Amino acid sequence: MRKACLQEVHRLAGVDERVVFIGSDLGFGTLDEMRKDYPERFFMEGISEANILGMAAGMALDGWMPYVNTIAPFITRRAYEQVIVDLCMHNVPVRLIGNGGGVVYAPLGPTHQAIEDLAVMRAAPNMTVVAVADADEMRRLMPLTLNESGPIYIRLAKGYDPIVTDDSQPFIIGRGLPFQKGKDLLLVTTGIGLRLARESMSALEENGLSVGLLHMPTIKPFDSEMLLEMSSQVKAVISVEEHSVIGGLGSAVAEVLAEACLDKPLRFKRLGLPDCFADSYGSQLSLMAGYGLSADGIVKAAETLLEI
Amino acid sequence: MSVSKYDELEKFAAELRKSIIIMNCHAGSGHPGGSLSCVEIISWLYCNEMNYSTENMNDPERDRFILSKGHSCLSLYAALAEKGFFSKEAFKTLRHAGGILQGHPDRLKTPGVEFNSGSLGQGFSFALGCALGAKRAGRKNRTYALLGDGELNEGQIWEGCMFGAHQRLDNMVGIVDYNKFQSDDLNTNITAIEPMNDKFKAFGWHVIEIDGHNFREIENAFTRARAMSGKPTMIIAHTIKGKGISYMENVPKWHGSLCPTGKERECAMRECGCEELI
Repeated sequence: MRKACLQEVHRLAGVDERVVFIGSDLGFGTLDEMRKDYPERFFMEGISEANILGMAAGMALDGWMPYVNTIAPFITRRAYEQVIVDLCMHNVPVRLIGNGGGVVYAPLGPTHQAIEDLAVMRAAPNMTVVAVADADEMRRLMPLTLNESGPIYIRLAKGYDPIVTDDSQPFIIGRGLPFQKGKDLLLVTTGIGLRLARESMSALEENGLSVGLLHMPTIKPFDSEMLLEMSSQVKAVISVEEHSVIGGLGSAVAEVLAEACLDKPLRFKRLGLPDCFADSYGSQLSLMAGYGLSADGIVKAAETLLEI
Repeated sequence: MSVSKYDELEKFAAELRKSIIIMNCHAGSGHPGGSLSCVEIISWLYCNEMNYSTENMNDPERDRFILSKGHSCLSLYAALAEKGFFSKEAFKTLRHAGGILQGHPDRLKTPGVEFNSGSLGQGFSFALGCALGAKRAGRKNRTYALLGDGELNEGQIWEGCMFGAHQRLDNMVGIVDYNKFQSDDLNTNITAIEPMNDKFKAFGWHVIEIDGHNFREIENAFTRARAMSGKPTMIIAHTIKGKGISYMENVPKWHGSLCPTGKERECAMRECGCEELI
């Protein structure tokens, strides 16, 4: 997914002269092709996120469209004030590409894990927040970023994630993607949550459940209408995200459902990372599974929620 | 430059000081100390140095001024009004809910403002981005960023210094309003900044040190900055906090959101040449 995203930046630089790439000491060989093709629009800066975001805002107000890439916690936590003031307050077309959203960097520990990036980016006025599920979906997203006038946070997953999306529905920023309708349970996903949900479908259906699946690659603006339409057909909703249960997809779903003042409240569960720093290292998937973020975890959560 | 030109600049600066005190008194607050110390620098920039038009602040060829020490915005507002970006009537509603002039610069509210500064350190990086953008677009316009001395406490300033020198941004001029005081006390009692000149030099900048209230020295510094190739310039302007109002000079309490009252207000009005007491 990261490769697809950066290749897209290179391709977009060829079709739009505003596009510049700014990396922060990313590592040898990153986007070498773009460096060669558009040296005047390629910047590999030092480890200085605060300065980079200010500089990107300056360039954006000067007519450029910077795509800034570094590891997700550094672009969100370290430079949050610059995100708020320089990017959001000025509402400039800077694109933040965060490597390793969630616990991709499990072996590197909590300093490198972005478990609250969606929450903090979602709370920033004017920011669009996107977490796609795979490389194909990334390729559908990226050309659309040329048309957005404000800042965008693009969360990257690990890379080489299985392809779980298709182009049967157009990708529109701010629009949910309904994959399947159901009568009992609705799974709402973002990022690689879609993969986990898809893997859980057969086991859920073997339990006799009719399961709906709604993918929300855009966390903000959030497609409340689509969520309400699909949740009106079911008895229970589970949100699935590789993110803290505080402030991300689960919170967005909860907010919409709560404020809809439904006549018949739905049963609801946020499946995500608990409110703590990871207590072990290991791999991304093992860490997630330990917190119930897996196909099995979704099945168990559904059984508990629906008292099967 | 002819003597009369310097006289004109002195007059312009005096008008700015008067406007600063008038705004301060209307609002009942407003960081007068650091606004008064940078009056001559801002006067030079808006009267002689920069290429801009009040009619078209979207012109990519315009020079950019970024007030990175955003709390000193009264000085900027005074210059913008003097140059016709808006009427001085706006002074009366400084910091009022509906006013176009607020406690920190807001580019959406105030004509002529380039950047919403206020959080220290950030305007400098933004300015460097403007300078880099201009270079890469092959434009000749220049970017100026005014920094506070206390602002140099921010690590981001030094990230920006490394970056600006690395990119050889000779179309960029930083100016430190070195009035020696920050909010709480003298810089030297908070976090020592000296040797400031050597620090900027070590970061690869062309450094010029001047009396920031002397227009001849200011002119000379900006002329040398323009002549410099391959390096960004940092002008360290030695100034007096609260300059022009006798009891405010070098007194830390006039840094903050204060407003003179009673006898002090009368004195300030008299010293800045304001005929009517507000």
